[in-house]
Amino acid sequence: MVITKKPVEIESLGEISREIRLDILDMTTKAGSGHPSSSWSSVEILIALFFGGILNFNPVDPWWPERDRFIMSKGHAAPLLYAVLARAGYFDPDEIWRLRQIGSPVQGHPIQRMMPGIEATTGSLGQGLSAGIGHILGGRLNNLDYRVYVLLGDGECEAGQIWEAAMAASHFKCDRLTAILDYNKFQETGPISREMALEPLVEKWSSFGWNVVEADGHNIPDLIEKMQFIKDVKGKPSILIAHTIKGKGVSFVEADFTFHGRALTPEQAEKAREELLCS
Amino acid sequence: MQLGQIAGLETSKPMRDIFGEALLDVCKENPKVVVLDGDLGNSTKTEYVRQTFPDRFFNIGIAESNLVGIGAGIEACGFIPWITSFSSFLLCNAYDQIRLAVAMSNINAKILGSHGGITLGKDGPTQMGIEDIALMGGMPTMVILVPGDPTSMRAAVKAATDHIGPVFLRSSRLPMPYVYPRDNCPFQIGKANIVRNGDDISIIACGIMLGIAMDAAAILENEGMQARVIDLHTIRPLDVGTIVKAARETGAIVSAEEHLLQGGVGSNIARIVTENHPVPMRFVGLEDVYVESGDPFELLEKYHMTATDIVTAARFAYAAKKSGEK
Repeated sequence: MVITKKPVEIESLGEISREIRLDILDMTTKAGSGHPSSSWSSVEILIALFFGGILNFNPVDPWWPERDRFIMSKGHAAPLLYAVLARAGYFDPDEIWRLRQIGSPVQGHPIQRMMPGIEATTGSLGQGLSAGIGHILGGRLNNLDYRVYVLLGDGECEAGQIWEAAMAASHFKCDRLTAILDYNKFQETGPISREMALEPLVEKWSSFGWNVVEADGHNIPDLIEKMQFIKDVKGKPSILIAHTIKGKGVSFVEADFTFHGRALTPEQAEKAREELLCS
Repeated sequence: MQLGQIAGLETSKPMRDIFGEALLDVCKENPKVVVLDGDLGNSTKTEYVRQTFPDRFFNIGIAESNLVGIGAGIEACGFIPWITSFSSFLLCNAYDQIRLAVAMSNINAKILGSHGGITLGKDGPTQMGIEDIALMGGMPTMVILVPGDPTSMRAAVKAATDHIGPVFLRSSRLPMPYVYPRDNCPFQIGKANIVRNGDDISIIACGIMLGIAMDAAAILENEGMQARVIDLHTIRPLDVGTIVKAARETGAIVSAEEHLLQGGVGSNIARIVTENHPVPMRFVGLEDVYVESGDPFELLEKYHMTATDIVTAARFAYAAKKSGEK
């Protein structure tokens, strides 16, 4: 059994990030819809997990019971998930170009097990963390000690189910559960601070019994270091609050939150491509 | 007063006890079965499993969305979760979670909605699941079981557990009469049972209305009308064959359910009947109304869901059949 545990050389992770960003651009532009800015925001987080030596996974045996789990709770970042899973070898990379097309398994939002590596159906926000707890409890019953990572959006933390799960994960002492919060500070209709304030987030998660760590969400070595550190925390779940920029990598998308939920026009896409290639 | 009394049927202990025992039995048989509770284990009687298999029992607390989500996660690890609570709380709080994590994901999870219908009685309309069958009807992959007899309940719990895929099992609180023998009943998901033969009219019932339908059939017999009583324990997939055969052979149908008529079992039957062999139909169930607290039997009477109401409906349907109405 081949287990992709050995990290890709850290120097090349930046280049992979760039290529994943280009994949997301091309997928969503071709589909004519999707959430490129939300996907770009989380790129380094997934690169650190999948290629930075954090996750134990095996694309040849995707449902290997001892695998670490990655659950994309912010399901609208599906293009990112598909691009990373394809790059990791879960399926034919050409599949990703069928995003959002009829008859394709590459759905607009992820459907559990419709493609190898998709652990949960998400897209109605707030649901992924509960699934993560279930994987931890199931792992205990099976005497397996894998870890579970759940990527949360920040707007998603307005949902009550997140806090139900936060309470339960702490109650069940899920120390193998790590939530990663893509804290890009924007939700669909505007800045989070204006629409529905989340702060003080560190105190909120701490008061629910979580170990809270913060990181620069676009700094891969920083993310890897913090994720490694969290692996040694016992007795409580951890959350890595990753400070990110929505639309990261493309200046005019970074500057305009209204890009949430829409693809770039072909002209914008060309401009974005130039920026990504020059970065 | 007891259900099934007119038909001379014996009554069981409360159905929640029957369910709790049956759930414990499947836990004993199959080590992959786990139970999740929304802090109502002493009412739903999942507490029997908690006492016997504490490691396989999880009280998730009063948080139905999380309850469903965690259950789905455990399922992904190879277990068969029974996700349990009152029908009203579970379905109305966690409809979206059941939709995505269970039905759309098409996972092997089982959902108990207890205290369905109005006969939980005195706790009042906030606790009554009068819309649960319609809600579950909105989930294409979901098998829907509404057993109407204690033996059938035991069989349904086992059949639901053995079935691969999402299943909703609805139970209600009142004791039910034994329509089947205590030790055995035919129970195949999607296959309705004819529990009383007759060719003048068909009464198609589920849940507690099955025993009430048996009472109605006994009354009708005294009037010289032979009613076929069909136990429609599975609402999805519907037993089209048995329903069409009933329409063809008896020429008139009454449906009986402890549920809103809007979107309920009767409307599902009517679609099959009108499409295949239109015959006069009448519908016994809850009209568009939220009922109030009260004694279960008084509620059934006030809201027209008694044997007498089925008899009246049967007379109308039979008269329509005789006059050639379609």
